[in-house]
Amino acid sequence: MAPTFLCPQETSIMCCMTHLNVERLKERPRGTNPSRDSVARHLNHLRPAILVPALGLLLAACSLPNYGGYKGATTQGHDTHLLYAGLFTTAIVVGGITLSLILWSVFRYKKRSDAMPRQFQYHIPLEITYTVIPIIIVLVVFFFTVGVENKVDAVSSNPYVQVKVTAFQWGWNFDYPQLHVDVHGVTLQNPEMVLPTGKTARITLVSADVVHGFYVRQFNFSRYAQPGVINVFDLTIRHSATYQGQCTQFCGLYHAEMLFRVKSVPPAQFQAWVHQQQATGHDKAVAKQPSPIVKVRSTNSRTKI
Amino acid sequence: MTLIEEKAAAPARVQSRPEPVHHAEPSGLVKWLTSTDHKVIGKSYMFTSLALMIIGGAMALLIRAQLASPHSSLLSFQQYNELFTMHGSIMIYLFVGPFAFGGLANYVVPLQIGAPDMAFPRLNALSYWLYLGGSIIMLLGFFTASGAADFGWVAYAPLSSAVNSPGAGPDAWIAALILTGFSAIFTGVNLVTTIFYLRAPGMTMFRMPIFVWNMLVTAILILIAFPVLTSALVMLYADRHFGMDIFSVKGGGVPVLWQNLFWFWGHPEVYILALPFFGVITEIIPVFSKKPIFGYKGMVFATLAIAALSTGVWGHHMFTTGVVLLPFFSLLSLLIAVPTGIKFFNWIATMWRGQITFTTPMLCAIGFLITFLIGGLTGMFLASPPVDFQMHDTYFVVAHFHSVIFALVIAAIGALYFWWPKMFGWYLNDRIGKVQFWLLFVGVNATVIPWYILGLHGMPRRVAVYSTGMGWHALNIAATVGADITGVSFLVFLLNVYLSWDKKVPAPNNPWDGTTLEWFTSSPPPTHNFTRIPPIRSERPVWDYNHPNAVAIPAHTNENNDKHASPPTGADDDGGD
Repeated sequence: MAPTFLCPQETSIMCCMTHLNVERLKERPRGTNPSRDSVARHLNHLRPAILVPALGLLLAACSLPNYGGYKGATTQGHDTHLLYAGLFTTAIVVGGITLSLILWSVFRYKKRSDAMPRQFQYHIPLEITYTVIPIIIVLVVFFFTVGVENKVDAVSSNPYVQVKVTAFQWGWNFDYPQLHVDVHGVTLQNPEMVLPTGKTARITLVSADVVHGFYVRQFNFSRYAQPGVINVFDLTIRHSATYQGQCTQFCGLYHAEMLFRVKSVPPAQFQAWVHQQQATGHDKAVAKQPSPIVKVRSTNSRTKI
Repeated sequence: MTLIEEKAAAPARVQSRPEPVHHAEPSGLVKWLTSTDHKVIGKSYMFTSLALMIIGGAMALLIRAQLASPHSSLLSFQQYNELFTMHGSIMIYLFVGPFAFGGLANYVVPLQIGAPDMAFPRLNALSYWLYLGGSIIMLLGFFTASGAADFGWVAYAPLSSAVNSPGAGPDAWIAALILTGFSAIFTGVNLVTTIFYLRAPGMTMFRMPIFVWNMLVTAILILIAFPVLTSALVMLYADRHFGMDIFSVKGGGVPVLWQNLFWFWGHPEVYILALPFFGVITEIIPVFSKKPIFGYKGMVFATLAIAALSTGVWGHHMFTTGVVLLPFFSLLSLLIAVPTGIKFFNWIATMWRGQITFTTPMLCAIGFLITFLIGGLTGMFLASPPVDFQMHDTYFVVAHFHSVIFALVIAAIGALYFWWPKMFGWYLNDRIGKVQFWLLFVGVNATVIPWYILGLHGMPRRVAVYSTGMGWHALNIAATVGADITGVSFLVFLLNVYLSWDKKVPAPNNPWDGTTLEWFTSSPPPTHNFTRIPPIRSERPVWDYNHPNAVAIPAHTNENNDKHASPPTGADDDGGD
């Protein structure tokens, strides 16, 4: 696949600007600034791609601005973000050209006299041009879409941890079947799913009643939880942090308060958390033998944002 | 000469009929209640849908007020859910569509093809009364014990089941949509038949105005899509009351089937809403640029391509369900950009080297182009499944389709200013119209642009409250201000109607140097539209008639348009009266 989506490190808009200055950089004497030198070498490496303008534009996607989106806290979300940035660039180019043509014709051909304009109606080569160029753009967009889609939807055969997420009116249940841990919370209790950083977590998403939406904004990802459908996807969180999630598919009265959190911790801490949960969960299960239908176990007391 | 034969043909046909028995022409309320005249029905549709739009718009302003101060408890959750459900339902089911295919098409299509009325005038009247009845039933949902429907305008199963949404309000919503569904189907049948069978002599398919072409394709899309929605609603009703369990897992049904059926209607519906207004723009731009539409045939084929593609893209509303074939729906959705792009460039090329006058309709056409451009480009993001995973059910989606629908609303306002002199015989004030346009254009974009950013910052749709810690408050206030400006623009419209009615400026038959047949007859037109019709030798018969000495479009560029074309020089002189 295109190297666009394999950009090894987070780069900033500065990188994009140095791309443009590649020729000027090369004229400087080597070795004056070691970091610049390495940038120049890095760019030299990319040079063949820059020669192909369309591909070069897409290659530069790792140095494109954020365009207001999240860079993606998961590896999957990061791929999505790069695609998003590429699409945004395409939209700016296409939209900019179209808008300029609209505004140009509006201002340039404002009525200036009573002369009758020439009555022309067809120009077949022009019409073919503006049919074929959009088709090419669409095919390029589709090509990159399929590449990213396959990565985002890929499910690892060997996940580090598996979580069964059950959405219900109005709350979330996070069940770790292999680990015998179960986290449950309704609406504003904000139940928390703990995941290990840098490891692949397989999420199995189901619904107990109506259609819900599992969504964490920093993950650039959402998926429906639906009755009758079992959805499986992977999340590989890149940085340890706590992320706010929310139901996005309207599910009834308390939809707006159907919140949850995803807390990403290093694997060692994750194991500690699991052991702690196994202990307390066992205690609680013993204590509440005739448990209510909806067991409410908030995680609010344990974590603070 | 063929044109003399054509002129003679029409009266001969009329005389061969038995002499109709003339009753005294009713007036006032009785006329309105009993009329089968397409012009009366068209106006009824337009003003009913505009009234509903004002109701739906008022709901939108309440929703915006709640979101600008989310912890003010202005609205309860229940009220909020009912309001956004009914806002969406009114705007989509009862305003934009009926205004276009019920109102504009009904009024304009028979005039543009030189027909005396629609093919089935009584069916046409039935369509309107079904629509009015359905609309009233939907609004009456607010007065039931359970309140109005509160499951969103998409009514996803199983949230719309009898268990999750009990009560008469949701039932009223379903019943209303079954009625308006039949209304739309009847209108579709009527339009297709009218356009195929009632064209005036000389009006070949490739001489029809683009508006008529677009209405023909819209009507065909109605016949493809609306029966699916209407039967799905009957199934939903049966699920709720007769235990059919079509959409419930418990009884062996498939909830996601509802989404498939709904969006199989829902995506063609987008083009059922949009194509008529594409047609409106295609009428307005050439008239005020003093040029023929550029790429007439390209326009027709682009419309057909959009319609064909639109029946195969419903899955892009369901990317996040995990049960649709992503690449198929993605590619077809992206491909819709191609014919839409052709239309855009044709509109631009029509203005190119023209003599553009900036009346209110023309300003609305330009406002439409810019607003729709934003809506179209953001559609590309949502057609790409990974990016759709990011945006789905956030305010980005809300912003995207509001850009599109607002563009259509701007075009609708343009259509009103454009055809108002024809409908009533007097103008709407152009200066106030421009004030309205600018308020509307600025207002809608000030509403949607904050929404795009909110969507990127992860604000989900259909939430009545949000935590101030999420950083969404300021943008919501901006959107509310934009929505209020939009609201003011409609007050200016009502004011304009009143002021223009109070001091009427009479309009001639052809106030804009229009090119199509409706501008040939009187303003307003007589009961059966035409007492005479000019020869029809191109898609601009009235232009040909009024500009007999204009240099004709070079023959080689439109040779297929007119098999009987005379040599270009002096060809139009004999059309004079």
